[in-house]
Amino acid sequence: MIEFLRDLLGFETWLLVIVGALISFLAIFGFVAVLAMVAVWLERKVGGHIQVRLGPMRVGGWHGWAQSIADSLKLLMKEDMVVLGADRVLFKLAPAIVMATALSTFVVLPFSPDLQVADVDLGIFFVLAISSITTIGVVMAGWGSNNKWSLYGAMREAAQVASYEIPLGLSLMMPVMYYGTFSLKAASDAQSGWYGMQWYIFSDAFWIAIPSFFLFFTAALAETKRTPFDLPETESELVAGFHTEYSGMRWAFFFMEEYAAMFLMGAIGTAFWLGGYSFPGMNLLEAGSFLHTVLCIGSFVTKSMLLLLVMIWVRWTLPRLRIDQVMTMGYKYLTPLCLILVFMAAGWEYFKFAMGW
Amino acid sequence: MGIQLAFYFFAAMTLGFALVSLFHKNVVHSAFSLLGTLLGMSGLYVTLNADFLAMTQVLIYAGGILMLLLFGLMLTKPSETERSLKRIFVAVILAGGTAVLSAYKMAGTVWSSGDGELPASTVKEIGLEFLRFDEWLIAFEFASIVLLAALVGAVHIARRRFPIDDTNALLKAEQGGAN
Repeated sequence: MIEFLRDLLGFETWLLVIVGALISFLAIFGFVAVLAMVAVWLERKVGGHIQVRLGPMRVGGWHGWAQSIADSLKLLMKEDMVVLGADRVLFKLAPAIVMATALSTFVVLPFSPDLQVADVDLGIFFVLAISSITTIGVVMAGWGSNNKWSLYGAMREAAQVASYEIPLGLSLMMPVMYYGTFSLKAASDAQSGWYGMQWYIFSDAFWIAIPSFFLFFTAALAETKRTPFDLPETESELVAGFHTEYSGMRWAFFFMEEYAAMFLMGAIGTAFWLGGYSFPGMNLLEAGSFLHTVLCIGSFVTKSMLLLLVMIWVRWTLPRLRIDQVMTMGYKYLTPLCLILVFMAAGWEYFKFAMGW
Repeated sequence: MGIQLAFYFFAAMTLGFALVSLFHKNVVHSAFSLLGTLLGMSGLYVTLNADFLAMTQVLIYAGGILMLLLFGLMLTKPSETERSLKRIFVAVILAGGTAVLSAYKMAGTVWSSGDGELPASTVKEIGLEFLRFDEWLIAFEFASIVLLAALVGAVHIARRRFPIDDTNALLKAEQGGAN
């Protein structure tokens, strides 16, 4: 993109970087805003149908498709409240930090072979590092609200997310070892063989890929604090957890972050296990042509949205765990299982190397 | 030009937030402003193309150590003797000693003025260095054993003093009382 802008504008490189960053920011922000609206509507519809209701039906005509637009307009116009006893600086800074980290992780997602903001060499490591800052934003919100429920929620979030970062990182080691790269784009490229069906879960290491995908998905649910693991915002115990005192757009930022993080986890699962942007028959089309690019983007977004749909489905199906059960699950089951799988994956790679395959 | 600008921006960020964390009255604000310092540091690493170091800085310091620091701050009571003369005296000696030592070391070091070419990415080099048995692997493994020992020690200090059966009885009694 930098080269394209240089031809177009003819600035110096560092200025181009800033212009490129601004354009990418606007694109990602727009994408996340639309994504959050679609995901909220989907969540309400799926939840409704699982509970034998209809969900939103009125706004916009067809199955209430405009409900989220109406809701976001309402949120934009709502009064922006700061509680009297709150720590004003931290209270106002927290949603910004949470939102900024959520947006900056989208930088490394490869939507198609050409459409990616920056192919960072450290791809997945970058995502893990940046998303660990989200926790600090949440703790800031909990402390700044000056409310004990908020603080409890923030503490739980910090403990839970810090614990589940271990199985999440370890489960990502399996595809990283198989493809020998941290970069999401390189992993997606490596899975586009066999007419676009050489996915990690269909590869010769499928017996490692499938269990590691389940472990990754479980850890991702906990990392995005979705139900069975939504301890930070248990409405039956903590009112609404760390965002109890928030309203209007600041509150909406927390929700946009949640849906952005869900999509991000789905996108990581897609890029490493489910073939990334590859789709059946992609080699028949000319690489870089318009149809090819559109189908690649469509395939990537569809797979990620399907994983997001599964997260919603899980939320409305399973009851919430207790905090000690969450911790037991993370430390006593997921982490050892991930370590065993890492060992097996390394052994398999060595076996292939030794046999000369 | 761009690199210089980025350097000054991140240096100002690092130093500015460090000053805030030193002089702010509210200790929680001090801890949170450390986030800016750590991010500025990782930005400086990025301008040197040390991408792995930068991301590790964010992951370990901002995501781990700062979180622990905040936990410690929020879960403990501030001590009454925080600003006693004795403590200030010890702190001045320690900080002054460190400052003098590092100034001495800095004055004695020959600083290369960066004529070398920066590597494009350091991940592969770091990995290969680790795999060379005679170089860093042993030191790395020893460091992890020290960490493991520290972890076991922490668990031993923090574990409950009463046997597990008693906790279960306690839980049952609580649940019975609630119903």
